[in-house]
Amino acid sequence: MAAGPMKMRATLGQGFTDVRVLMTHPMETGQRKDSDGKLVPLHFIQNLTVKVNGKPVVEAQISQAVSRNPVFSFRLKGGAKGDKIEVSWLDNHGDTNSTEAAVA
Amino acid sequence: MNTLRRALVAALVIGIVKPLAALAAWNKEAFGAKTAGDALESLGVGNAAPSKDLTIDAPQIAENGAVVPIEISSAIAGTTALIVVIDKNPFPLIARFDFKEGALPFVKVNVKMGETSDVRVLAEAGGKHYVATKEVKVTIGGCGG
Repeated sequence: MAAGPMKMRATLGQGFTDVRVLMTHPMETGQRKDSDGKLVPLHFIQNLTVKVNGKPVVEAQISQAVSRNPVFSFRLKGGAKGDKIEVSWLDNHGDTNSTEAAVA
Repeated sequence: MNTLRRALVAALVIGIVKPLAALAAWNKEAFGAKTAGDALESLGVGNAAPSKDLTIDAPQIAENGAVVPIEISSAIAGTTALIVVIDKNPFPLIARFDFKEGALPFVKVNVKMGETSDVRVLAEAGGKHYVATKEVKVTIGGCGG
């Protein structure tokens, strides 16, 4: 239930690097009811960081209105094969997860 | 004894303050706002000028409000942040992306929409704010259960 697997792919485009990342997270809005009619408490990712070779390039704050198992695409200026991309998140329970991939 | 107590108190304070500082990056006030106006005010966004250099790529009609793909990008020089607001969602502020040197102001993400609403994207560039709006019709909401 907590930190599930993440998947990431970083590919060179024309003049930019395309980073696609998938996170496993329930992203509960706090408004959905379970089968017993009880509200499912808020549980969602709040912060997201994208780093290139250790340097942060995108820092995001997101709400519970991002879909379940979020998929994000980002674009980075230039880039070269082998650049190390790291994406990490932090949710409202304090759980974190991160993944790394090299630009292909 | 007294110094020991002080050391313990100091250790406790550091232990509590540190995690709080790590979380401070999430703007609780803005994300908890129930109207788009309040949310933008908490983010310090004043008058935003409409701009054609801001692009929102979203479906005109979203069949499933639980997964609405939106793609946003800015061609405004010096864009440092993009903000997404869905006016009629219970909590209108969806996300704020800060771009540092090395990133292009572009994001693609799936969002939930409770009902048909305007989707607004705001860009921050050189201390000024710009806005673009697109209406997305929702046939099945994605916020309730």
